[in-house]
Amino acid sequence: MAAPLDMSSTEAQPESVVTGMGKAIEGRSLGQIAWLRLKRDRWAMAGAIVVVVLILGALASLVLDATGVLQPNTYHPDLIDATYGRPTGAFGGISWAHPLGVDPSNGRDLLARILVGSQFSLLIAAGSTLLSVVIGVALGLVAGFAGGWVDTLISWLMNVFLAFPLLLFAIALSGVVQQSAFGLSGNALHVAVLIFVIGFFNWPYIGRIVRGQTLSLREREFVEAARSLGARGGYILRRELLPNLFAPILVYTTLLIPTNILFEAALSFLGVGLHPPTPSWGGMLSDAVNNGSYSADPEYVLVPGIAIFITVMAFNLLGDGLRDALDPRAR
Amino acid sequence: MKRRNLIGMALAMTGLSLVSACGGGGTSGGSAGSAAYSAGNTSVVNASEATGGTLNYGMTNTPDSLDPGNTYYAFMWNFSRLYASPLLTYNPVPGADGLKLVPDLATGLGQVSDNGLTWTYHIKSGMTLSDGEPITTAQIKYAVERGNFAKDVLPNGPSYFQQYLADPAKYQGPYKDKSPGGLSSIETPDDTTIVFHLAQPFADFDYLVTSPQTAPVPQSKDTGANYQSEPVASGPYMIKPGSFNPNTGVTLVKNPNWKQSDTPTVKQYADQINLTYNISGDDLDNRLLGGSMDLDAYGTGLQTAARAKVLNNATQKKNADAALSGFLWYFPINTQVIDNVDCRKAIEYAADKTLFQNAYGGAEAGGDIASTVLPPSVVGYQKFDDYEATTQPTGDLAKAKDELTKCGKPDGFSFNIAVRGDRPKEVQTAQALQQSLQKINVKTDILQYPTGDYGTSFAGSPQFMKDHNIGMNTYGWAADWPEGFGFLSQISDGRAIRSAGNSNMEMLNDPQVNQLLDQAAAAPDAGTRNGIYGQIDKIMMDQAVILPELYAKSLLYRNPSLTNVFVTEAYGMYDYTQIGKK
Repeated sequence: MAAPLDMSSTEAQPESVVTGMGKAIEGRSLGQIAWLRLKRDRWAMAGAIVVVVLILGALASLVLDATGVLQPNTYHPDLIDATYGRPTGAFGGISWAHPLGVDPSNGRDLLARILVGSQFSLLIAAGSTLLSVVIGVALGLVAGFAGGWVDTLISWLMNVFLAFPLLLFAIALSGVVQQSAFGLSGNALHVAVLIFVIGFFNWPYIGRIVRGQTLSLREREFVEAARSLGARGGYILRRELLPNLFAPILVYTTLLIPTNILFEAALSFLGVGLHPPTPSWGGMLSDAVNNGSYSADPEYVLVPGIAIFITVMAFNLLGDGLRDALDPRAR
Repeated sequence: MKRRNLIGMALAMTGLSLVSACGGGGTSGGSAGSAAYSAGNTSVVNASEATGGTLNYGMTNTPDSLDPGNTYYAFMWNFSRLYASPLLTYNPVPGADGLKLVPDLATGLGQVSDNGLTWTYHIKSGMTLSDGEPITTAQIKYAVERGNFAKDVLPNGPSYFQQYLADPAKYQGPYKDKSPGGLSSIETPDDTTIVFHLAQPFADFDYLVTSPQTAPVPQSKDTGANYQSEPVASGPYMIKPGSFNPNTGVTLVKNPNWKQSDTPTVKQYADQINLTYNISGDDLDNRLLGGSMDLDAYGTGLQTAARAKVLNNATQKKNADAALSGFLWYFPINTQVIDNVDCRKAIEYAADKTLFQNAYGGAEAGGDIASTVLPPSVVGYQKFDDYEATTQPTGDLAKAKDELTKCGKPDGFSFNIAVRGDRPKEVQTAQALQQSLQKINVKTDILQYPTGDYGTSFAGSPQFMKDHNIGMNTYGWAADWPEGFGFLSQISDGRAIRSAGNSNMEMLNDPQVNQLLDQAAAAPDAGTRNGIYGQIDKIMMDQAVILPELYAKSLLYRNPSLTNVFVTEAYGMYDYTQIGKK
């Protein structure tokens, strides 16, 4: 970060001169350069496309679920062999009507459950990431910029949070908050609790990164210049430091989402996520493993497992690509 | 009357008890049978007198203790008879006759005094323990004292003797109370006689002395909690000195001082028995099917993967038995929360019982649809079906709606269902119930709790259930002895309701039921008692306080090279005292 990442900067000219033949030479902003670099990174683009498809899929399933096209909780006992309590047919009873097969014992459509489950997985991951980022950036900025006892206090707080047994706390909290609280009930409450638990305890990771960056940025010439021109703390934070932190925050956010998807899956796996019959990927995985149904038919771990794998992979590829594009020297 | 294989059930569990019992069938006396699917339920498979060989038993975790005075696992009560003989035991035959009591160390069943308060047993003379000492009734008295009155040292077993024996002095157990007389309500007038004095009449006392807690323990050899590593043996086998390892298992070898005439019901066919602990479930099943393991000692049956494999393979299927475990899977309906009997009846009619069956693994490996509280393999079972559970297993919505109207809530109502969140089968049955009840507009939310505290602080706490509007919860129950009183008393007696660790989760406090239980405890005639159990069962179903799901079954697998294999109804698994190897 040699200079402020100012969108109107003309510093990028030397690179664009080379392609100037036959076309009017135009200046490119750092943002445009980053976008060009990103576009050239095929893995990152693949990740981005998958992410877009996932989001569109989740939104579509929201509509399809509401209109009754997807029926994630409808039982199909006729598809179950009563002798064994298992679906008739191979791979969970795959058929045209149920392309991914059906649940053992009750015959719920797995495709519908995966799609509806994606709403919750993505919503919780995005919500908790947003929460972590907002808290982490705010406290990290203040700590790095203010220094002194404020920095000591916030750093100490971060260490406390980092040392916190998050999983145990999550299990305890989800057990306590069961029915209705804060004017919420049902799924809305459970989603809110999960977002809070995952988001509120993950902020120190991003907080430390932002604090470190701020510590180095605040001694830079452009900050000195702003200060000598009479800018106050709030202005410097917002207009000088924050824009320069945009790149690491964006990258870290993209990388935090898959972590949170996995965390939500882990919580559901432990049975402290959403209440049944609401589908979630971690819950489906947990059912398959605890029930032992995976050993009879790997279908039941593969379907949610691959869904989680693809999502986490896509966000990771996109995040890595963004980091390379925004800050090529960080490779 | 806590569930004896509490921990065993935490594993993916299906039960086992006798299919034949429903029809009253089963060849009595143990006629010889050849290997066929479920043949072990009704006949002795591979009957043979051949001796020699080594039996290899495996299990997925460890026993609570090998100490006969410190165990509460069903399979241990079955297995420990090989090295620790109780006063009485169960008739070693397949079918309903296997529920009858026969003498083990004793010479006959107990003699009860006219007032029902004194039970006297005589043991055979000339029997010797594995260390050479003669077996005396003083050792049996000591064993009962240590197993029941010293919970700080030996915490695992039940305390029935403490509950039923007269104990005005509040005896503190042999480790604290060193007085030579010990517990005053057990007398040993001579070396072959033992007399128990009860605080109140208890007609089922003979069942209590089948407990391994009555196997003799010489006081001089007792090492308290460490006694399990080398208990002094009274049965045909003994623990091979130095072979016990709490993580890997134990080896039994022949007890040189045992004679067949000492305990005529228990056999000594194999030379050695290896019990291996901590084998993963799927690994154990593969070793069973491959022939390198002979039995799953736990007796809870094959896991999901192996079940599908075995049921689809004719050669393997004939070595399997779908046996009733004596367990009932059920939903207690909390009368505090759903106080109207017609509302509860609506639930009984609406529930789709086939979904419960599917959740537990189907008709073969999961269990039979239940219509009563007592399972068929419990003495006192009477067949009836108040709510079309077997005739219309998918539920009768029309009748359910009628009941709702009678209850004054034609538009439905709502409550919560509690489940043990780490038991997917229970979560699935709760979802199945939720699905069924939705059809009559009864709305439910499923709340998940950890298994560890489920029976104490959650489902076992009436206040908690009421506060959280939990009208139903998943549960399973089996008796400590296969007889109506052992099964019913804790889950039906209104006076047994406790503020924590409550088992009467229906909160049923019906004066008639309470009175019938007292009558049964005091009735010397077994026929009268069995009639009473059927009556209590009927009242509970009339009150619709329990929604029975399944009479649980386990799919047991026997190595084809085993001899004399059959399912004993008393424990709902193979009788371990008769098995040999070809």
